[in-house]
Amino acid sequence: MSKIAIIGAGAAGIEVAAILSKQHDIDLYEKEAAPLCNIRNKALLFPDFTPADEVADQMAAKLNNPRIATHYGMNITNLQKGQSGWQLTDATGTTHNADYVVLASGYEVFDAHKKEELGYGIYPGVITSLDLEKMVKTGKITNNMGDTPKTISFLQCVGSRDEKSGNNYCSKVCCVTAVKQAIEVRKMLPDTTVYVFYMDLRMWGQGFEEMYRTAQEEYGINFVRGRISEAASTYDQRVQLKAEDTLMGLPLNMSTDLLVLMVGMCPSEGTAQLANAAGIAGKYNFAQSVSEHLCDNLTTQEGLFVAGACKRPMSVNDTIQDARATAVTILEKIS
Amino acid sequence: MGKRFWNEYQKTIAKDRYFYERSCIRQTFFPGSEAAFINILRNDLGLDIYDSSHQHTCTGIGYHADVVPFETTMTIVARLFSLMAEKGYENYVPSCVTSFGVITEIVEKWNENPALLEQARELLYKATGRTFEIPKNIAHPSDIIYAYREELKSKMKYQLVNRFTGKPLRIVEHIGCHYAKIFPKHGVGNAEFPYVLAGMIESWGGEVIDYPERRHCCGFGFRQYLVQENRGYSVSNSRKKFESMEPFEPDFIVCNCPGCTMFLDKWQYTIAEMEHKTYDKDGYGIPVLTYEEMAGLLLGYDPWELGLQLHQVQSESLMNKIGIQYNPNDKYKGYNGKILPLPNKPSVLKV
Repeated sequence: MSKIAIIGAGAAGIEVAAILSKQHDIDLYEKEAAPLCNIRNKALLFPDFTPADEVADQMAAKLNNPRIATHYGMNITNLQKGQSGWQLTDATGTTHNADYVVLASGYEVFDAHKKEELGYGIYPGVITSLDLEKMVKTGKITNNMGDTPKTISFLQCVGSRDEKSGNNYCSKVCCVTAVKQAIEVRKMLPDTTVYVFYMDLRMWGQGFEEMYRTAQEEYGINFVRGRISEAASTYDQRVQLKAEDTLMGLPLNMSTDLLVLMVGMCPSEGTAQLANAAGIAGKYNFAQSVSEHLCDNLTTQEGLFVAGACKRPMSVNDTIQDARATAVTILEKIS
Repeated sequence: MGKRFWNEYQKTIAKDRYFYERSCIRQTFFPGSEAAFINILRNDLGLDIYDSSHQHTCTGIGYHADVVPFETTMTIVARLFSLMAEKGYENYVPSCVTSFGVITEIVEKWNENPALLEQARELLYKATGRTFEIPKNIAHPSDIIYAYREELKSKMKYQLVNRFTGKPLRIVEHIGCHYAKIFPKHGVGNAEFPYVLAGMIESWGGEVIDYPERRHCCGFGFRQYLVQENRGYSVSNSRKKFESMEPFEPDFIVCNCPGCTMFLDKWQYTIAEMEHKTYDKDGYGIPVLTYEEMAGLLLGYDPWELGLQLHQVQSESLMNKIGIQYNPNDKYKGYNGKILPLPNKPSVLKV
């Protein structure tokens, strides 16, 4: 029986803990006061509109296991390989020992303040996809004046595929999330006109392409191929957009009540910190596995494993599948 | 307006000992501004600024109009640098935003391609026998006024406040494209919300207006006005900005680029003649000031010494709002005390 530490109580960390706890004692560390924050921040999950809380509740139930010791509100800030196993240091300076460590410290969304030209934090009518999820969850979508928006525009690839912000990678989930959110808006506000500005729509998963078609045919959502170059406030506190419709070959100057920035996925602060401390930091400070094809849950450090979105942008269901693969890999290694 | 992410981004601005490069446009249209800048630095701040009588064009307008080749521009910039070096200065201050863009572009190219730097040294030496050094610091005059804005505030007689209402004046600030759009790192506050003029306005009591066409071209845009047949594009750009800022009722516009100052000022006359439209309530237009004129007014400089009477849109209403003392009888008085010929009055725009 080995002592295994898992850093991060999101979907990945919990799934690994649930499987390994059948044979081993688990210490599950989470810097937040509760598990599954990223999932609970969402209202519904694509592509089948499953309530996020429903998934989170089922995941959380897996923690009802005496062999899983949860440590919420404990921020692990350092991770070092010792003589026999690993040493984890928390923010208070206390060290915790483990035979094996699973890094499952996940992601955080891109800070949209960095894209000043899009006005987040400057104009109240500019929100992020995460802000919209919270609105959908409360059942009320309003503009900054508290009124029902007549027009909502989504902009894809904010902080993703963007050399200016330093993130050249695709965040993978934003395209389908925008389609999902656009449909949610139209379901809740049938009189609201919805635009989605995109570079190209990457409908990579099962059911995604169908959802995209449904969004156009059944919900009348307008997809515009082009970037929004800048946002500004109109005199009546709406959001003025300058964009380009590349299919029409025309510049587009329009106003909207809400501009939703589809923020990409970045490594969480903990992921970047611990990946660097342990010597497994890859591009953009995501954690690097040995091989994405053959050993995607192993790292170059003996006894240190990785699971979920600490490696790269990943959907919830992909994260859970990846976590299961990590658990199997660990069992193979230590049995 | 909410907090801006890049607001605190600061470039390096030399503190003293500047070599000044004058602007052809400013000397022609706003000569009082350049004089005011030198006076503010020397007399109000006690700084050392060298104003060479041997200086010349940076070629900016010809360069951007594709009539002056890069090699020529590069060599002429090298000669300007040689003037600075021979006087023992290292901090270069080009008065015009176009010059600032040309200078920073040339230095950037030399940094990236040392062969070009060698070529410039060779061309300058062959043509003039001169040598030069690259400046240690390049700052626009608006950078320097920005850097010393708090010191200047302590010397000011007036604030950017409407004395009748007690409220901050509402001000449109327009930044020249070549200030930060070419190299954002060379602009205070970066490129999206440059803070160089906004910082002055906020320090001196005013309020910055953020309006939808804030970043839109002023109408200068070299190719729009150099060819006379294209000037409709120039007017339409300025008009787009005026239409966008009009609902916000600005008290005045301040610019850090001579082209912007000129076109936002003079096209108000043109639009008034073409469309019988002015962009203030009373038909006088929106005054357009340089940052030196704004600073000079608040420091108590004589508005006619600053050259405000040379603008198309007149500034008396603005000065009355601030409470600035001036003698209207001196408005068109020359240095010899004689009254100069009075300009014709526009048919629509009130003066």
